[in-house]
Amino acid sequence: MLNLDAPSVLSVTQLSRYLKELLETDDILQDIWVRGEISGCRVYPSGHCYFTLKDAEAQLPCVFFKYARMRSAAPELRDGMAVAANGRISLYERDGKLQLYVDSIEPLGEGVLFLRFEQLKARLAAEGLFDVERKRPLPVFPSVIGIVTSPQAAALRDMLRVLRARDPLVQVVFSPTLVQGAEAPAAIADALDLLNEYGDVDVVIVGRGGGSIEELWAFNEEVVARAIARSRIPVISGVGHETDFTIADFVADHRASTPTAAATAAVPDLAAWFADVQTHREALTVLMEDFIVGLADELARTSRDLQRQNPQYQLDRLHQQLDDTTALLQTRLQHILSLRGERLHGVALRLHSLSPLQTIARGYAVVRRDTDAVVVTHTQQVQAGDTITIQVTDGHIYARVR
Amino acid sequence: METLTFEEAFAQLEAAVAALQDGQMPLEQALHHYEEGMKLAQYCNDLLQKAELRVQQLRVNEEGVPVVIPFEADQG
Repeated sequence: MLNLDAPSVLSVTQLSRYLKELLETDDILQDIWVRGEISGCRVYPSGHCYFTLKDAEAQLPCVFFKYARMRSAAPELRDGMAVAANGRISLYERDGKLQLYVDSIEPLGEGVLFLRFEQLKARLAAEGLFDVERKRPLPVFPSVIGIVTSPQAAALRDMLRVLRARDPLVQVVFSPTLVQGAEAPAAIADALDLLNEYGDVDVVIVGRGGGSIEELWAFNEEVVARAIARSRIPVISGVGHETDFTIADFVADHRASTPTAAATAAVPDLAAWFADVQTHREALTVLMEDFIVGLADELARTSRDLQRQNPQYQLDRLHQQLDDTTALLQTRLQHILSLRGERLHGVALRLHSLSPLQTIARGYAVVRRDTDAVVVTHTQQVQAGDTITIQVTDGHIYARVR
Repeated sequence: METLTFEEAFAQLEAAVAALQDGQMPLEQALHHYEEGMKLAQYCNDLLQKAELRVQQLRVNEEGVPVVIPFEADQG
């Protein structure tokens, strides 16, 4: 039975005080150098600086008061810096928090975590895990989207909001996991493997919202990188903010800068496709109209051709031809006849001028001997005593040669 | 047509438009492409109007097989 009044039952204050005493009387702890990596560094308006010194397996809260900062030649502190800090260990009773009260800081060059990051990155790159050829194209019209993230995170709600707006036709399969802490890397890998085992997924988003380097650190672990590399389903990484690059980002088939960017990349914007459907609808109407107009034209053309083949039309055409030909014929005939007439007239005239009667009219006479009626043209043709007949214009004269 | 995905219906709609652009076909066929195309366009529109994002969660059941269950949104 617990006796609350026994001296061994301490109040929290008493215990805290005891611990504080213990720490503050330890010479080693009152002037100690600790090396580690700075993370979660915050400077308050008061000028006091609070940060955590960490390494792979442990961390130590530190406070660097303004007066100490002013006094020391401390460099600008940033997360990820490897440093050695000098100071004293004590207990901040109010918070029950073990702290290093820092007097001075020495920068140490590359942080251990950063080194591990670089080494893992180099090793996986050498294996070809980051090769562009390995990266699979994302499906244009996925039906099922897998999501690996924390169920509590705002990141999940943000992703669902984006998916709902862009492509409500998809189905989402959510595989919950831790996204920070020591168990996170294995949990992320398991959640991704589970999705692959379930199988019926077209693309998967692996990610979480923004945070400090160690909050995102799980996505730099080899376990996660291997799980992404062996994933049969294409992986989109969406970790932290635009400037955060994790190993998961390098291995993934597609890196998105944030979880919402990952959701945007995963699905098409159906609004755009919707507009295309409208365009196609209008195109169909226009094309159909053109088609019908085309047919109407063809019909008219065929109709005209048909008309031309019509026998009545042929007949009319032939009649016309006949008339034309007849007229032509008549014209030619007239022409020929008139030519003939002219020639006849001409011949008649010549004949007339050559006529002996005309010659006789001019005074010449035609003499014939009566014996044989031969025309006399020479004197030897007659002798004295022969009888001749002389033809003149208006009759004959009978005469005897002397 | 009810079993077509949006992607399939859209592809068929595009094919109908392409066919009509060809122009050298009997009227019967042209009308068929037109009517089919208009039906597909309506189907795509309806799909989008009625769509609602379906979210399910992955769990491992008693046999160790991953199955989907209704999504329990955590109140973060």
